[in-house]
Amino acid sequence: MRLSLRFVALTAVAALGLATAGCADDSSGGSGATTGASAAASSAGGAAATTIKEGLKVAFLPKQVNNPYFDTSDNKGGKEAVEQFKGTYSETGPSEASPSAQVSYINTLSQQGTNVIVVSANDKNAICGALNEARAAGAKIVTFDSDTDPSCRDLFINQATADGIAKIQIKLISDAVGPDGGEIAILSATANATNQNAWIEMMKTELAKPEYAKLKLVDTVYGDDDDQKSFQEAQGLLAKHPDLKGIISPTTVGIAAAGRYLSGSSYKGKVQLTGLGTPNQMRAYVKDGTVKAFALWNPADLGYLAAYAGGALASGLISGKEGDKFTAGKLGDFTVGKDATVLLGEPFTFNADNIDQLNF
Amino acid sequence: MPERARRVFGSWDAVVLIALVVVSVAGALAIDGVASPRFWRFVSLEAIPIALIAMPMTLVVITGEIDLSVASVLGLTCSVMGQLWVWGVTSLPLIIVLCVLLGALLGAVNGLFVTGFGLPSLAVTIGTLALYRGLAYVVLGDRAVADYPIGWTTDAVAPIPRTTIPWVILVVAALAVVFGIVLHATPIGRGLYAMGNNAEATRFAGISVRRTKFWLFVATGAMSSLAGVFWTLRFASARADNGLGLELTVVAAVLLGGVSIFGGRGGLVGVLAAVALLGTLRNALQLAYVPANTLTVVTGSLLIASVVGPNAVSLLRARLRRRRAGAAPAASSPR
Repeated sequence: MRLSLRFVALTAVAALGLATAGCADDSSGGSGATTGASAAASSAGGAAATTIKEGLKVAFLPKQVNNPYFDTSDNKGGKEAVEQFKGTYSETGPSEASPSAQVSYINTLSQQGTNVIVVSANDKNAICGALNEARAAGAKIVTFDSDTDPSCRDLFINQATADGIAKIQIKLISDAVGPDGGEIAILSATANATNQNAWIEMMKTELAKPEYAKLKLVDTVYGDDDDQKSFQEAQGLLAKHPDLKGIISPTTVGIAAAGRYLSGSSYKGKVQLTGLGTPNQMRAYVKDGTVKAFALWNPADLGYLAAYAGGALASGLISGKEGDKFTAGKLGDFTVGKDATVLLGEPFTFNADNIDQLNF
Repeated sequence: MPERARRVFGSWDAVVLIALVVVSVAGALAIDGVASPRFWRFVSLEAIPIALIAMPMTLVVITGEIDLSVASVLGLTCSVMGQLWVWGVTSLPLIIVLCVLLGALLGAVNGLFVTGFGLPSLAVTIGTLALYRGLAYVVLGDRAVADYPIGWTTDAVAPIPRTTIPWVILVVAALAVVFGIVLHATPIGRGLYAMGNNAEATRFAGISVRRTKFWLFVATGAMSSLAGVFWTLRFASARADNGLGLELTVVAAVLLGGVSIFGGRGGLVGVLAAVALLGTLRNALQLAYVPANTLTVVTGSLLIASVVGPNAVSLLRARLRRRRAGAAPAASSPR
């Protein structure tokens, strides 16, 4: 009863919003109470808006709170973007990374009338039902970092392609080892991790190119994303291959453990290390010369782009179909690709020059 | 009349029920969204698996035992349920039956160790907590089975016609009646309290303590598996880590419901009210933008209150009784 009354009221406001949007070109600057309704109206009615509506409620839902990676993507990048388009930013989420806890937060956000939910999924499918309920209640869903099934979100912001990740790591190890090349090895996570294996396959393809002819991949070992196991595997690699010139570890746990081993051994500076790591974990090894450069995406940019994509969706500027174009503030123009995904760009390279400016 | 009033309001059941009403009404008045039917739908969906496990757990704790393996039984059930689907078992009733049988078997293992070998249930079920969760990962690894028919997953959370409340709550209610009758209106139930107070004396009185406890563990396993089936269908995802840590939520609800951790005291009404109270409070605070870290603190404090509360109440009552008895020496009442 109460709900249906509210619904009638909302529809009435929406209709009004549609009428006014038809008259005035610039419908931004409306009061907070009606922006939501007019945003809904313009996306439904297809009014030709050109800027992101003011007053949108944008909520970031990370895999878990208290995590430096999401603290950077949400509270640095996402917040900056939302403030730029004059929305209301919030970050909420469970203290443990479980899909069921995330569902409860999605339900809450949906009841709070959130216009955009930017979420990194703890499970591809488990949060789908809740997301679709939230969409039915009027929210736009943008996934980042970790996607859901495409049927339950409007856009996915992809941090980097597998191809891009493979290419940058081969380039970095080649630069670090030098023109003479030599033996290299890979320290991976688990033997059956889908993304790791996809990257390793693409790295092998990349190594087959003539410019990398002097690099020879001699071994791939698995540290199971466990710090101690990765440490021992790094140790084992050097014992087994005395001529080893470089290690690639495409996992943040592996590269940190290998860095710790190398920096405390006589191989420091002689055996090169690169891969995917976070600046906080790798800062010491970059400064002491164990690691020249490593790669990852910039999570602040990722959150920033996700917020703008959500704003554009909720303002009816884009619908999420392939070929849709939108502008994401300082990052420039983006185009929606296949399966409603937006690519952030090439991975970001961290080295001694920029590592102090990044904290995650 | 005063005697009756004192019994009603003096009992912990009533304290929890009143707290539930107060939290609901205050929440509805103060927090936008608590009064909406959708809020109660979400609270019910969250409470269902907890209530399913908390009911048999109540009986177990009343006998002075505990079962900490329940969330792992739930997780292993989810894994097996996923694997059954991968193997091509497409009949949902068959899957449910197999899963509940599995839960009963896992519960029987607990029961055998506790009653057969006379080991403390705390130690045994901490062991099986790890063991069953480990097996769940052996069965399914880090895979998630999620391609169940849409019909199954939507039916599992479908509302009762004309409401927003999921129909499964009726199953919980029916089971609550069964557990309630067994606990509060049969000789078996009276035996459970007796066991919690003094197992030795109960045995001499001709009640088979071992056999009764064994079947309680079996029932707990079966109900945990039933919760696992619901969990899998609700989230449309069978994973080995489903329900990780849920045993603590269940135990918290049972203790908050007024069941003594030492056995012999407590009831089903209080426990079910506590399940509802915890769910309502958490969801309402979440709606009021309370961050996750604060929520954990609130839940923890409630648990402490639940352990201290009933003891304080009975202490207070004993003191009142003593005062009424005047200067006479304290009666040697059992409690």
